[in-house]
Amino acid sequence: MVKKILSAYCKLPYCKVISSLLLGLVLLTLPFITDYALGRIWVRILDFSLLYIMLALGLNIVVGFAGLLDLGFVAFFAVGAYSYAILGSPHLGIHLPTWLLLPIGTVLAGFFGILLGTPTLKLRGDYLAIVTLGFGEIIRIFLNNLNAPYNLTGGPQGINLIDPLNFGGISLSQAGWFPAVYNYYYCFLVFVLLIIFTTHRLQYSRIGRAWVAIREDEIAAQAMGINTRNIKLLAFSMGASFGGLGGGLFAGFQGFVSPESFNLMESVMILCMIVLGGMGHIPGVIFGAIVLTVLPEALRYLGPLQNNVFGKILVDPADLRMLVFGMALILVMLLRPAGLWPSPIRKQEFDEAIEDSND
Amino acid sequence: MDIFLQQLINGLVSGSIYAIVALGYTLVYGILRLINFAHGEIVMLGAMIALSVIGLLTDSGLPGLLIVSLGLLCAIPCCMLIGYLIERIAYRPLRHAPSLTPLITAIGVSIVLQNLAMMIWGKEFISFPPLIDVQYFSISEATINSVQIFIVIVSTLMMTGLNYLVNKTKLGNAMRATAQNAEVAGLMGVNANTIISLTFVIGSALAAVAGMMVTMNYNVAHYDMGFMLGLKAFTAAVLGGIGNLRGAMFGGILLGIIESMGAGYLGTLTNGMFGSNYQDVFAFFTLIGVLIFKPSGLLGKAGGERP
Amino acid sequence: MTEKLLEINGISKHFGGISALTDVSLQIQHGEIYALIGPNGAGKTSLFNVITGIYTPDSGSILLNGKAMTGKKPHEMAKAGVARTFQNIRLFHSMTALENVMVGRHCRTSAGVVGAVFQHPKAKTEEMAIKNRARELLEYVGIARHANTVARNLSYGDQRRLEIARALATEPLLLALDEPAAGMNHTETNSLEELFRKIRADGVTLLLIEHDVKLVMGLCDRITVLNFGKKIAEGTPDFVKNHPEVIEAYLGVSV
Repeated sequence: MVKKILSAYCKLPYCKVISSLLLGLVLLTLPFITDYALGRIWVRILDFSLLYIMLALGLNIVVGFAGLLDLGFVAFFAVGAYSYAILGSPHLGIHLPTWLLLPIGTVLAGFFGILLGTPTLKLRGDYLAIVTLGFGEIIRIFLNNLNAPYNLTGGPQGINLIDPLNFGGISLSQAGWFPAVYNYYYCFLVFVLLIIFTTHRLQYSRIGRAWVAIREDEIAAQAMGINTRNIKLLAFSMGASFGGLGGGLFAGFQGFVSPESFNLMESVMILCMIVLGGMGHIPGVIFGAIVLTVLPEALRYLGPLQNNVFGKILVDPADLRMLVFGMALILVMLLRPAGLWPSPIRKQEFDEAIEDSND
Repeated sequence: MDIFLQQLINGLVSGSIYAIVALGYTLVYGILRLINFAHGEIVMLGAMIALSVIGLLTDSGLPGLLIVSLGLLCAIPCCMLIGYLIERIAYRPLRHAPSLTPLITAIGVSIVLQNLAMMIWGKEFISFPPLIDVQYFSISEATINSVQIFIVIVSTLMMTGLNYLVNKTKLGNAMRATAQNAEVAGLMGVNANTIISLTFVIGSALAAVAGMMVTMNYNVAHYDMGFMLGLKAFTAAVLGGIGNLRGAMFGGILLGIIESMGAGYLGTLTNGMFGSNYQDVFAFFTLIGVLIFKPSGLLGKAGGERP
Repeated sequence: MTEKLLEINGISKHFGGISALTDVSLQIQHGEIYALIGPNGAGKTSLFNVITGIYTPDSGSILLNGKAMTGKKPHEMAKAGVARTFQNIRLFHSMTALENVMVGRHCRTSAGVVGAVFQHPKAKTEEMAIKNRARELLEYVGIARHANTVARNLSYGDQRRLEIARALATEPLLLALDEPAAGMNHTETNSLEELFRKIRADGVTLLLIEHDVKLVMGLCDRITVLNFGKKIAEGTPDFVKNHPEVIEAYLGVSV
């Protein structure tokens, strides 16, 4: 029934235009709807979803397109966030404007991407994974300890009172026409759309094809004249710079940063978003990012739910939340190994692989 | 000089534990090419189960050593069962899926086990009751205690045993054949599923013992102790050359020693600029350094895929 | 300009204690169809890997059009004009046939990130040219109708042809084909032979590893025979066919 309506709709003239307009309308009014239906806190979660979409799309370039397993992606997020925090807060008394802070974080993270990539790209898949993981931990440990001898990062306490994002003298943290969380929503939305646009164009370009070629068969890619080292480094630095941009936005939004936010679990989470959504498939990755941001928050309602069903709280919802989350992760992968929304070609491959294994 | 010897002893002890855990990673990786992220949690569960049993028996009046042994004897089969179930439920259905899919389920299993443990045993540190009369021996100016000696001896025995099992027995032959090429091994009459299950069971048994040793060494257990330990052990396995048993043992002990040396000397070497809080960085830098110069690990087979 | 396209002098390559190639020299002229034959394990593919830059030889030199190429990386060899196919087909499996060939245009095009994202006129024109050239090449090898089929779903013969189209997309001077007719039936081999003649007529020099003796004898101008990593004979098909060492290598008896 739903399929019939959908296919009838798709036959309409202008159906694409209508869909785009509808989507645009939903995106524009989403904070209002969310606020009204679920409360202000959910607008904040919406903002975080947008941040995670940026990060996931960045990592997707590295893992999804170029096939390089990176388990330390959060390091680049941290580089962006800390460079914003250090150069835009009372911590050192430096207050650069936002339009400088964001590019600095982006470029610096891209540079760190190359720094990590250069010595490690010769490594095979799983070796690369552990080295990137180590790199992520190294960055975090440095952030945690660089409060002495010179206090650069603020140590375990991190940095507070970070300047909010500010465009043309308008601070996003001050409620103007809209509450602050709305401002950030629209700001992040613009960046997300830019990143989607960029990754989409990259995917269907000479560079994007080279990435996928390396993922599929590195030796054949070399034989086609692809300088695999440079193209991989490009993937690393592009992905990293998206992470850096996300980090800068995060710092300006949150107002404080601490090493806690950049642990290994965060890297793992971003990787999960990609794999769960559908690796290499932009809509899938976006979907995965939203699901994995919203799900843990939604699971907070397990408390009230227990209250309603059993009349009392049996298990602390904070404890139950991650348990259910882990189970969901396993279940989704078992039922849909190609992800929730894979690209049509990849889905086909997986189906064949499963058929083969059933023979 | 006295610091050196002391750090060497400490490193040897923690390195022995890393080696035992690293063996679990390497066994599974050798056969399935899968980073079994949940392995560290099995170590934690081993410690927790053993401590629960020990806690129940503390006031029973039995001799301390017997209670500890009973705890361990309960933990081992429990962990074996858990390892078996993890493979059956979370990995086997995805055997033919690309490697990232089982990696995500492995992460899922890790999260589930950690949170289950938190719900069962709580968020507090659980301490190891003073059941054993710990003896201290001094070697020049360093000291070593009986628990540490016990850990080194037991892990050496386990490593020797495993080495014998894999290299000298029929089962070991089947394991190595499956690791080389599961399909061909299958044609030769090796049941890959059984071998893989057994690999998980053996690795989990090792993990249970390792869990016990960690709690004895540090006197505490905590629901999130498995994660970092697993990470370090995996690092050790890669350092030695993953998939290679001797590499895992060597890498584990080396990592332990490097870490404790780092903790002991980093402060002095850098004039107090970097203290022992950089201990973990040291481990990861070593790993990166080794892999740059020897991409397949210290004892790994050289050369990549043949074009 | 010299007549010689590729010149290999005294190439040796060892793996551990095993020598895969010992002092192999050969010269390939412009416009030739040249074959490498020999029993299994004779070192043919190793020599291919040396020529295409995958292996660095322990000693010896490689010259392409008189320029020293020893120790160049695979992508540099491709850029210099050596393209190849693989014995066990190595396509980009999840890409369509068209996309596979488009990847082959990589080293003759230049659009970077900026071009990809902003699609300025130059980048747009280039992308169109890549696509058009890829279509032409699919037509050329005879699989244009499969342009949008995912590579892994192509038939075996079509995969071989796609690999050739992809290699041709790099605009090679020398096209090195590793057992292109393996696993093909008589009709397929014949039409492949036709394709090779067409490629040669269009100015590309061919180097083949091939087991199908009939194909090699009928098609090639000159042949080098390898055995245990050493060159045992070189010359025209007739010369090689009657060479005693070659017969010994293949039949295992001395004549």
